[in-house]
Amino acid sequence: MRNKAIAAMASAASLLFAGAAFAAQPTPWQTDLQPAASGVMHEIRWFEEYTLWFIVPITLFVLALLIIVVLRFRASANPVPSKTSHNTAIEILWTLGPVVVLFLIAIPSFQLLSNELIIPKDTDLTIKATGNQWYWSYEYQGEKELAFDSLMLKDADRSKFGKDDKAAYPRLLAVDNELVVPVGKTVRVLVTGADVIHAFAMPAFGVKIDAIPGRMNETWFKADKEGLYYGQCSELCGKDHAFMPLAIRVVTEEQYKTWLAAAAGNLGAANKALMAATDGKKTVDVASSAK
Amino acid sequence: MASNHDHAHDHAHGHDDHAAHDHHHAPSFFTRWFLSTNHKDIGTLYLIFAIIAGVIGGALSVVMRMELQEPGIQIFHGLASMVYGFEGDAAIDGGKQMYNVFTTAHALIMIFFMVMPALIGGFANWMIPIMIGAPDMAFPRMNNISFWLIVPAFLLLILSMFAQGPAGGYGVGGGWTMYPPLATSGTPGPAVDLAILALHVAGASSILGAINFITTIMNMRAPGMTLHKMPLFAWSVLITAFLLLLSLPVLAGGITMLLTDRNFGTSFFAPENGGDPILFQHLFWFFGHPEVYILILPGFGIISHIISTFSRKPVFGYLGMAYAMVAIGAVGFIVWAHHMYTVGLSLNTQRYFLFATMVIAVPTGIKIFSWIATMWGGSISFRTPMIWAIGFIFLFTVGGVTGVQLANAGLDRAMHDTYYVVAHFHYVLSLGAVFAIFAAWYYWFPKMTGYMYSETLGNLHFFVMFIGVNMVFFPQHFLGLAGMPRRYIDYPDAFAGWNYVSSLGSYISAVGVLIFFVCIIEAFMKKRVAGDNPWGVGADTLEWQLSSPPPTHQWEQLPRIK
Repeated sequence: MRNKAIAAMASAASLLFAGAAFAAQPTPWQTDLQPAASGVMHEIRWFEEYTLWFIVPITLFVLALLIIVVLRFRASANPVPSKTSHNTAIEILWTLGPVVVLFLIAIPSFQLLSNELIIPKDTDLTIKATGNQWYWSYEYQGEKELAFDSLMLKDADRSKFGKDDKAAYPRLLAVDNELVVPVGKTVRVLVTGADVIHAFAMPAFGVKIDAIPGRMNETWFKADKEGLYYGQCSELCGKDHAFMPLAIRVVTEEQYKTWLAAAAGNLGAANKALMAATDGKKTVDVASSAK
Repeated sequence: MASNHDHAHDHAHGHDDHAAHDHHHAPSFFTRWFLSTNHKDIGTLYLIFAIIAGVIGGALSVVMRMELQEPGIQIFHGLASMVYGFEGDAAIDGGKQMYNVFTTAHALIMIFFMVMPALIGGFANWMIPIMIGAPDMAFPRMNNISFWLIVPAFLLLILSMFAQGPAGGYGVGGGWTMYPPLATSGTPGPAVDLAILALHVAGASSILGAINFITTIMNMRAPGMTLHKMPLFAWSVLITAFLLLLSLPVLAGGITMLLTDRNFGTSFFAPENGGDPILFQHLFWFFGHPEVYILILPGFGIISHIISTFSRKPVFGYLGMAYAMVAIGAVGFIVWAHHMYTVGLSLNTQRYFLFATMVIAVPTGIKIFSWIATMWGGSISFRTPMIWAIGFIFLFTVGGVTGVQLANAGLDRAMHDTYYVVAHFHYVLSLGAVFAIFAAWYYWFPKMTGYMYSETLGNLHFFVMFIGVNMVFFPQHFLGLAGMPRRYIDYPDAFAGWNYVSSLGSYISAVGVLIFFVCIIEAFMKKRVAGDNPWGVGADTLEWQLSSPPPTHQWEQLPRIK
């Protein structure tokens, strides 16, 4: 196990040195949110850091006060306790102080929330995602109709799908058929559940919405970088909850159009053609060079 | 705070002699422990029950951490074939279900059968009548029913783990929240029905207990003890009892609807017949959010007493402390949907719940700062309860500030249903409520048993536990940020590092629990006499005026509060 841990650290280090500006999947010993691949996620990352500027100093302040109290007012240092039990000024101060902090947090928070939830009017593409026990089904709604299931990639099927590279297609994250979308386009996602509640989540895009039977939820994203992005079902849905990942391949508009035209006829061949076109690219290679 | 009657001390001893001579027939073992109407005996039963349930619930979590120590499925398929007799691939599937059963049972046991019985049934039952100068609870026999309902409730829950759940699996694997349709059509077997009945019975037990506490505190305070002179622990229990009384019936309604959906053809939550699964989530969290304050408020009260006692100073800002708890309890009822930010609530709804949730940080901040102000200028002795209390303040602050982050619906989008949430609520509960329970245990152990525990072992228990639980839960913040979802039996290899650290922490915490037991056994073996008040002048509430352990019936002549 120790060797494993060291190996994991080494691979984390090599990933850093590779200078990979973004990863589409979690990395070993990661301590931060996943790198952003959409405007909304950039804002989420900014806001998370912003809140840290309040909560870390507050926590350290409480810790410092506790240390001072423990050192200065221990019985040996201060044998006679004071009898003070009220101080209106300080009580008002520590009521209003937090109120001010909360307002400072709330203002950008409301802005972020609006930016997430208000779906842009000019959506380029609508996709319906349905959560099933235990896989996702996708439907493209447009001139070209296309619907397919996306299941977790089994190790035995890796060569069949041409996904032997475990760094680009990691265990538990890779799927047989990825959702394919064009880069820089506003994608509206309609999300529902077929049997129980699931959740459609894509960390790099800042998207998470429950897939609820009998309801049609909607969300949106606009991916700003090409690449292969991974997410996982985020609402407990039964025994294989951990085994129904989401994978989204963001490609150029031309690649997307070629893929869509071919996929209606033969999805497997269209996916392989797309992989041949994209997997040579830097984005996916970054992760594989780490191993 | 309560300043006490001059004669109370003498009275207690007078009573002691009285008991020795006149209190004729001691009840038989069966009568004393099975038909008990004495709040102290029932409190002891509750504490023993909470310890047993806590060990079972804790063991479940250690097994889960063993499974999560490395990527892949290591132990649950073996466990499933051992317990349920599955073989081959069926054992893998049975094991995956079993893992979900463990997360579900761990939560339900720790909430309903460990923290609540320990704080409310145990310490509050023991100390509230004594502290307010009452001879017993208002309804002693109802008190007994409360306890004897929680035992079958627990057995029903344990039984549910062995009953048929979904096809090819046993037990309830739908999480403690039991969201339909997973808990209805998703789990057709009788396991869910057993768990629902367990919650019904446990809920009835808690409602009876709440009625008892409200009546006792409202009507049986000693002459002169106005609400504004009542000890803060009594305040915290009074508020908790109101939260229980108002929230549990909503849970009972919700799970009854679940039960009729499952068995009697109703469709409250079944979308195929016009029902709505989200309705259940609203009902559940209308109970569920006050429930988390039910778990922590009695701890707030206890921490105030301990900080004041060992600083040898009265509580700073007593009224502010009391009304901060009232505010937390009241606002706690109108923030429930922050558990549901990802279900598709409208923008305005999320804005409201975001803001209301953040408001709770204000009274919570008042409490943290008032505890520190109580210590400020004090003459602090670092006995074991005080160390736990100081640990509580810091760890609760850490859990509190991550709660402020999670309140922001926009940020919660990234953290919802990840380990960040797991880390947050374990910092406020596993490191908050549980640290308060241990603080209370060491604080009142001499009073309840008459024996002094070993400071060395108590300190060792604290430091091992402190290191252990922080190692378990701090790395889980990182896992959550990186995107690891909750309730996963297996995870992508990238999450291996922090999961390994977290699992090691879990084993260290388990050693901490062993030290706790050694400490109890040692105290009972050495029988060091504690005396009426081992803590000195800082301990000014009424329980320290009585003998240790207190006489069977205290305050036959009511103390007068000036």
